[in-house]
Amino acid sequence: MNGGQPVLSVRGVVMRFGGVVALAGVSFDVARNQICGLIGPNGSGKTTLFNCISGIYRYSDGDIVFDGSSLTGQPRHRMAALGIGRTFQNVALFRSLSVRENILVGAHHLGRSGFIANALRLPAVRAEELTAARRLDELLELLDLAEVADTAAGSLPFPTQKRVEMARALIGEPKLLLLDEPAGGLNHGEVDDLAELLERIRGPFNLTILLVEHHMSLVMRVSEQVIALEFGRKIADGTPDEVRREPEVIRAYLGETAEEEAHHAGAA
Amino acid sequence: MPDDISPAGTVPRAAKPVLPGRFTSRHALWMGLFLAVMVSFTFFADSYRLFQLTMLVVYAVAVLGMTILTGYSGQISLGHGAFFAIGSYATAILMSNYNWPYWATVPVAAAASALVGFLIGFPALRLGGLYLALTTFALAVAVPQILKVNALSDLTGGVQGLTMDKASAPFGLPLTGDQWIYLFSLGVGCVVFLMAWNLARGRSGRAMLAVREQAVAAEAMGVGLAGLKTRTFAVSAMITGVAGALSSIAVQFVAPDSFNFFLSITLFVGLVVGGVDSIPGALFGGAFIEFIPNIANDISKAAPGAIYGVILIGFMFLMPRGVGGAVVNLIRRAAGRGTKAGLAQAPAAE
Repeated sequence: MNGGQPVLSVRGVVMRFGGVVALAGVSFDVARNQICGLIGPNGSGKTTLFNCISGIYRYSDGDIVFDGSSLTGQPRHRMAALGIGRTFQNVALFRSLSVRENILVGAHHLGRSGFIANALRLPAVRAEELTAARRLDELLELLDLAEVADTAAGSLPFPTQKRVEMARALIGEPKLLLLDEPAGGLNHGEVDDLAELLERIRGPFNLTILLVEHHMSLVMRVSEQVIALEFGRKIADGTPDEVRREPEVIRAYLGETAEEEAHHAGAA
Repeated sequence: MPDDISPAGTVPRAAKPVLPGRFTSRHALWMGLFLAVMVSFTFFADSYRLFQLTMLVVYAVAVLGMTILTGYSGQISLGHGAFFAIGSYATAILMSNYNWPYWATVPVAAAASALVGFLIGFPALRLGGLYLALTTFALAVAVPQILKVNALSDLTGGVQGLTMDKASAPFGLPLTGDQWIYLFSLGVGCVVFLMAWNLARGRSGRAMLAVREQAVAAEAMGVGLAGLKTRTFAVSAMITGVAGALSSIAVQFVAPDSFNFFLSITLFVGLVVGGVDSIPGALFGGAFIEFIPNIANDISKAAPGAIYGVILIGFMFLMPRGVGGAVVNLIRRAAGRGTKAGLAQAPAAE
């Protein structure tokens, strides 16, 4: 599909929770500087896959190769240094910290200074803090967060919190950015802004983006590649147009809609 | 790596980036004023008051150790009296048995308590919240009895404890021993507070706060939980251990029963009253520990405990975030900046 070595290669990843198989051998490649959308009904394994890539879950079988090296067995806190940044589905900010501090934590792995250097506030620490603060100011501007920079993150409206998470991931200079439902809770205009933002940052930040999203029009608009999951298996992988026409995808989505309607009728 | 192609070209670059927790001239003013007052006590206060002030500094430093642990990394300890005891005994043993000069014992006391803190930090990795609190409490209960063990009595003096010579002013300074000990404690206390503040406002302090707030996200940002928690425990124990060393120098006597579990609880009270995550709050915590029992005693000789309890409850009602939190709130209101950011960000942002 795309020339060159893929930046992310997921190879037969299996994830079991007790007897439940959440991922039943999923494989796909993502090429460098692409935006790849990951779609599928609820419970199809999208977030599970994200958690496998970012090391939060240890997959039972298979391998994930990122930038030429295997992620299997890598501790969670190594992922940021390897170049994998992420946001969380329900937003996992440090709620009582200011927006500024939240974003600076994202630069943690870029720093080298330890407890002793920090306690003595050595010149190297100051230089490191200044570098991070400069990047922070750029991101505050870029993501329109300058006005709330000193506000506690937990007191902000949900869409703003999502932008803070994005800034926190971007300041770490990731090569691969995992976005878990960035459009969740956003209105129409905000989704448009988000799509535009993704287009705008991928070039300058040299990003490959893996995007889990329910918002179909957003995925279809920004992605070069779309992968569809259902019950922990891959049912489609191709350009947005190819995936849209895939009978399996149509069936999965229509099925879900029908089920949802039945559920709503039952609840009412 | 072309990572440096940040969107600097698309965004006007701010001339001077804002560093969180920067040292402003207002900070300098307040600190200068505070230190001037504290130093002036050396010449106005009688030796009994000086001893009380020395102990205020000692307890403030001890509480500061807990502030780093509980306020920043969110781990609860009910056993910091044990680290205080380790610091005290390190100083006492070196001075009494080996004739070390008092000042040289402080780094050793710091190292000894840091080491024990680091080791206690390992179970802390697996135990959260209340379970960790109980584990540290067990340490607090055990330490006085370990200090009484016969096998160690050559070193520790057993139940009798150890006495030391009183430190005197160096370089022929015209100061009494009490005056010098006060200034020495104040100086060490200032260094420890400055270092703790530096630690808290920088990369390590932010990592601690991140772990307290959202451990999974902190890990995704590259914070290694195991390393951070054990090191935080070590630093916290070290600071409280230094307080123990200063207390030995001031009191010139240690005995196992001075370090019973009540000391740990007292320090915990100081932490909460001062403001769990407020570094200046540790000073108020120290003052509470040193002065409130005396004040309660003055009010009622018959039931000082009850008066102490009433005062404690009063503090919690009037200042639920501790004195440190209340003061920050007041300063913000005076500056007309509102309080929308909440107080919890205060230690690193202010």
